[in-house]
Amino acid sequence: MTAPHHSPPPHRTPLGIVRGLGSARSGTDHFWSQRLTAVANVPLVIAFVVIVISLLGRNHAAAVQIIGSPLVAIILLLFVASVTYHMRLGMQVIIEDYVHGELAKLALVLANTFFAVAVALGCGYAILKLSFGV
Amino acid sequence: MADSKARAARPLSPHLQIYRWSWTMTMSILHRVTGSALFFGTLLLAWWLIAAASGPKAYAQVEWFMGTIIGRLILFGYTWALIHHALGGIRHLIWDTLHGFGEQERMRLAQATLFGSVILTVLLWVVGYLLMGGTR
Repeated sequence: MTAPHHSPPPHRTPLGIVRGLGSARSGTDHFWSQRLTAVANVPLVIAFVVIVISLLGRNHAAAVQIIGSPLVAIILLLFVASVTYHMRLGMQVIIEDYVHGELAKLALVLANTFFAVAVALGCGYAILKLSFGV
Repeated sequence: MADSKARAARPLSPHLQIYRWSWTMTMSILHRVTGSALFFGTLLLAWWLIAAASGPKAYAQVEWFMGTIIGRLILFGYTWALIHHALGGIRHLIWDTLHGFGEQERMRLAQATLFGSVILTVLLWVVGYLLMGGTR
C-alpha cells in the first residue's frame, strides 16, 4: 500500500481513516459540522432575536428597509445558512435513530435534505430580493 | 449467518420505561423535541421573509396570523424552543470540553437549561410588548 498524497482532515482519527471512515463513510465529519454550526448559531441566534425585536410593530416598508440593509441582510443570510445546515444534521440523526426500514430511512434522509435546502434557498432568495429590491 | 428466528430471540437493551425519571433525561428529550419543532418552525421564518419580499399584502397576512391567539401561542412556543435548544446546545458544548459531568454539575446544568429558557422567554416577550406599546 502506498501512502495517500493528501493529508487527512485534522478532525479524523488515524483509526477512522484505516477503518474506512466508519459505517457512514464520513468519519467524524457529521459530528464536527454539527458542532461547527452549533457554535456559529449562538451569536447568530442572538443577532436574529435582536433583529426580530427591532422589527416589532413596524409596517411593511420599514421592515423591508431594515431586512434589506446590508448588515442585517448579511447576518440573516449567515443565520439561515448555519441554522438550516445544523437542522439537517440534527434531523438526520433523529431519522437514523427511529426509522429502521432501509427504504423509509433513505426516503426520509433525502426528504430531510430537500427540505433544508428548500428552506435555505427560499429564505436566502427573499433576503437577497429585499436587499437588491429587484 | 444467523437465521431470523435466532435474531428475534435476542434480548433487547433496556429502553426509556426501565429508567427512573431524571432531570438530565428530560432535558435530553426536550433538546430533541425542541430541535424538531425548530426544524419545522423554519417554515414560519421562510413564510415571513418571502412575504416581506412579496409585498405589503402578503406581509399583512403574516402579521394578521401572528397577531391571532394561535399565532401568538405558536410564536411564544417557538421563542421558548429556540432558547431552550440554544441553552441545551451550550450545555453540550460545555460537555465537549470534558467539563460539567459531575453529579451536582449535571443537575445544575439541566435545571439552568429549563429555568433559564423559561425566564429568558418571558423576559423577551415583556420587552417585545413594551416595544410595541402594549398588547394588541
